[in-house]
Amino acid sequence: MGNPMKIRAANKDGVTEVKALISHEMETGQRKDAAGAIVPAWFITELVAKHGDKVVLSAEFGTAVSKNPYLAFKFKGGAKGEKVTVSWKDNKGDTRTDEAVIG
Amino acid sequence: MKERKKGPLLAVGMLVVTALGASPAWADKATDEIAKYREMIADGNPSELVAAQGEDLWKKKRGPKNASLEQCDLGLGPGVIKGAYAQMPRYFKDTGKVQDLETRLMTCMQSLQGIEPKEVINAQWLKGERETMAALVAYVVTESNGAKIKVDLRHPEMKKMYDLGKMAFYYRSGPMDFSCTTCHGDTGKRIRLQDLPDLRKQEGAAAGWGSWPAYRVSNGQFWTMQHRLNDCYRQQRTAEPIYGSDVTIALSVYLAGTANGGTMLTPGLKR
Repeated sequence: MGNPMKIRAANKDGVTEVKALISHEMETGQRKDAAGAIVPAWFITELVAKHGDKVVLSAEFGTAVSKNPYLAFKFKGGAKGEKVTVSWKDNKGDTRTDEAVIG
Repeated sequence: MKERKKGPLLAVGMLVVTALGASPAWADKATDEIAKYREMIADGNPSELVAAQGEDLWKKKRGPKNASLEQCDLGLGPGVIKGAYAQMPRYFKDTGKVQDLETRLMTCMQSLQGIEPKEVINAQWLKGERETMAALVAYVVTESNGAKIKVDLRHPEMKKMYDLGKMAFYYRSGPMDFSCTTCHGDTGKRIRLQDLPDLRKQEGAAAGWGSWPAYRVSNGQFWTMQHRLNDCYRQQRTAEPIYGSDVTIALSVYLAGTANGGTMLTPGLKR
């Protein structure tokens, strides 16, 4: 299980803005270490954001996404006190889910 | 024909504007773009992730004495973190030394947790206890974000360190005969797209000292001030200082002392 994400969610005029900072190495598999050995690929492949049980964003990630990616998006709806969850899955099968309360 | 005449006239006009400006227009544009990029990612400074790990490590019982760092005195009393970094380096009575944040944390790790300083000093950057150190630093400096830089230079030991730091700042060495001033002793200098602050002046020193430690976007690493200074020496192609040695603290005192009155914007975010 990876390190925790930092998620913030705020509702303004019926639109909720979610900002998530994800902790992940996002190794491309194309780099070599000091000894010349290839550093194995290790990156997020799928990401899903939910408002309650409803999926509001689903994304496919790849090696072009930076280390410790920052993701910001908006969706219609949401109210103060409701929950937003963000989950990711990486190519090693690891997953992580974190949640935030809409403020 | 009428349309074509406009071309050369416009070009002349632009040349005049460019010549009148303080610096070339392309340079301003490039740094503007970087400022825009910084603004875009300012909300998501990944230092937050490192700081979160640091907070856990601060409270976690570790080392042979199985203790946390919660009683560590960073100069404002045991366990006080808020604003502590903005007043460092400082002279500590208990050790009889001027210490920067990292050497002070080493003292706390030794006295509270029983972790020997050599575990940090002998480790590689971002490995082992030095990685722990970087996380702790991220946590502590985040708690000084927005605070005024206020380093007390009155103590004789601080004065000594300030003078030594100033000397080290101007001291040229290595195959290129570089000193810190080669890059940081002039206003308006730049390496590629990086503005180089003039660290001799209050404004420049505040911009430099106030924005480190920082997360570097280009390599995804969080760098402490010791790491930053060490890399300056490496880029100078001269001998790299020992972790936490006097010269690194002296330079920090000189920079922080010159920056006095500025604002801490830590942790910073660098390209």
